[in-house]
Amino acid sequence: MSERGSDDGIDDRRRSNRSLLKRLVTVVVVMFGFGFAMIPFYNKICEVTGLRNIDIADDAVNTQIDADRTVRIELDGNVNKLPWRFRPLTSIVSVHPGELTQVMYEVENTTDRPMTGQAVPSYGPQLAGQYFKKLECFCFAKQSFGPHEKRQLPVVFVVDPRLPANVPTITLSYTFFEVEGNES
Amino acid sequence: MSSIPHDHAAGHAHDEHAHHPGGIMRWITTTNHKDIGTLYLWFSFIMFFAGGCLALTIRTELFEPGLQIVDPEFFNSLTTLHGLIMIFGAIMPAAVGFANWQVPLMIGAPDMAFARMNNWSFWLLPFAATLLFASFFVPGGAAAGGWTLYAPLSVQAGMGMDLTIFAIHIMGASSIMGSINIITTILNLRAPGMTMMKMPLFCWTWLITAYLLIGVMPVLAGAVTMLLTDRHFGTSFFNAAGGGDPVMFQHIFWFFGHPEVYIMILPSFGIVSTIIPAFSRKPLFGYASMVYATSSIAILSFLVWAHHMFTVGMPAAGQLFFMYMTMLIAVPTGVKVFNWIATMWRGSMTFETPMLFAIGFVFLFTLGGFTGLVLAITPVDIQLQDTYYVVAHFHYVLVAGSLFAFFGGIYYWLPKWCGRMYNEAMGIWHFWLSMIFFNITFFPMHFLGLAGMPRRVPDYATQFADWNMVASIGAFGFGLSQLLLLYNVVTCIRSGPPAPAKPWEGADTLEWTLPSPAPYHTFETPPVVQ
Repeated sequence: MSERGSDDGIDDRRRSNRSLLKRLVTVVVVMFGFGFAMIPFYNKICEVTGLRNIDIADDAVNTQIDADRTVRIELDGNVNKLPWRFRPLTSIVSVHPGELTQVMYEVENTTDRPMTGQAVPSYGPQLAGQYFKKLECFCFAKQSFGPHEKRQLPVVFVVDPRLPANVPTITLSYTFFEVEGNES
Repeated sequence: MSSIPHDHAAGHAHDEHAHHPGGIMRWITTTNHKDIGTLYLWFSFIMFFAGGCLALTIRTELFEPGLQIVDPEFFNSLTTLHGLIMIFGAIMPAAVGFANWQVPLMIGAPDMAFARMNNWSFWLLPFAATLLFASFFVPGGAAAGGWTLYAPLSVQAGMGMDLTIFAIHIMGASSIMGSINIITTILNLRAPGMTMMKMPLFCWTWLITAYLLIGVMPVLAGAVTMLLTDRHFGTSFFNAAGGGDPVMFQHIFWFFGHPEVYIMILPSFGIVSTIIPAFSRKPLFGYASMVYATSSIAILSFLVWAHHMFTVGMPAAGQLFFMYMTMLIAVPTGVKVFNWIATMWRGSMTFETPMLFAIGFVFLFTLGGFTGLVLAITPVDIQLQDTYYVVAHFHYVLVAGSLFAFFGGIYYWLPKWCGRMYNEAMGIWHFWLSMIFFNITFFPMHFLGLAGMPRRVPDYATQFADWNMVASIGAFGFGLSQLLLLYNVVTCIRSGPPAPAKPWEGADTLEWTLPSPAPYHTFETPPVVQ
């Protein structure tokens, strides 16, 4: 910094500029990688805190059936760019909170090749999700279907009696997605 | 890569131009920090008017309820591109332009450390801007999911999004190279005796900004790369269909996005910290505390990103952490505001245009800071999320904050840059018109937001009609007032009266020891700083 006059000084400075450049470029490369590293990091956080365990069965809670109250469960089935036929056998059931209920969905692979899919549930209203306890569900695992195979798949659930009183209706909607890499 | 021209003696600096190609090639091939600073500033000026035209189209549509002049889809493109162009095209390049001109002059360096890289980092920008504007004309139109490019909308959008992603890659590369240059220049090329704690505060704030940029720009580049591979190469980072998570995008984006807001404001802090002492004829109050406050703002900016996404459903502990961290930023920011006011205290102040803009900055930026504190309160934010209150808040800190400081900086250094004085009366008019129309435009947006008007919507309920009309009138007034600045700058360059070497009595940084206009090559023999 202080010897700008001589050629030696210029070489020195050029060298120190180069070495700083290398260090700063390293920071840039590391931060680029850091962006990608956030993905497994957040996934781990979600796993540890249980913020996103949609494919794990809920515990069978020992609850009283609240026979005074009836909740209307609307069932819905969708496919995302998947040539399957997917529908609930009954589209509306009425349940009492605390009551163990089983509903059936029917899935048919309409193609000539075996395919694997995964169903993802969502709830309306969103708030109802935490009170909707699924003990068994085809959405907990990938589902494989042969060509033109048709199967009925069960969901067993309990609605938690703590469900707020202002929720008279819960919509349970599944969307089937094809699992990548199962083209063969 | 270092381009220190050691074969020229300082004596014949004035006939340097003979060694350079003339005409357009001078500008394309230039490695001179002053030329490149000028290019950056003109580029950002053009982008400022382009982004302003988008804003005025938005305000025309919102002049009254109902859909009048644009399709809702195009309206969404307008808000998205207005944001992207103003942030990446206007504010950030303008800040780099100021750094290019002023950092070497203020620390007594002959040029930037990597002069050819400097040329490259500027000339990437016009290509990025072309991609952004071209995206209006591709099938599906320009990106329309907001400047934040949230997944899943950005995963599903048309090819305008691809052009936007490439534009962001290019602009990111440009800012990273610019930052590396600025850091190296400041750390390695200071004149003898110019210790770190003697540096003008503008250099300090830019040094810290540059570190923020190399820390977070690569993260944004990674985020948009993930968007790109989700869109075209079958990955599922944010694509729920393949097990990805759209909220993840928000986390990664705002890890970049919050430091980014300080990237946009810290250089302005530096400019204001230069102007206020000059026109108060007093040294800056609390110089060291300014340096520490800037550093703590930079560090805290990495710990508050989730306050942009209080409504995604994070645990209460997370909300509390980010709420308190956000409020903590008010402390170093308060130190700065206090120091600016204390600098003016009992100074022999005069109110030339740069000072007016600096005072306007302190006043309105503080107002924007207060609404930021209001938004930091989680339950309030959940109510005000995505309303016009947020729009009002960030325009107070970005327009009345960053932009007003840049206006002040332009008037302050224009005599040094072009050797001529601007028209003071016109500058004062520009300030007062900007000040008044800015508030007419954005103050009513607080009311609209509190009343529940959502942002990024082309139509609205009739109870919002009156204040929207006021805001639209203000926006046109503000936009037209900026033509005064353009006219003033152009007439100053062409025919302004000659400026003395030091037109501001209280200015004490190194650039004022040079003649006006600053010669093409300066400080080839380093000045000695006591």
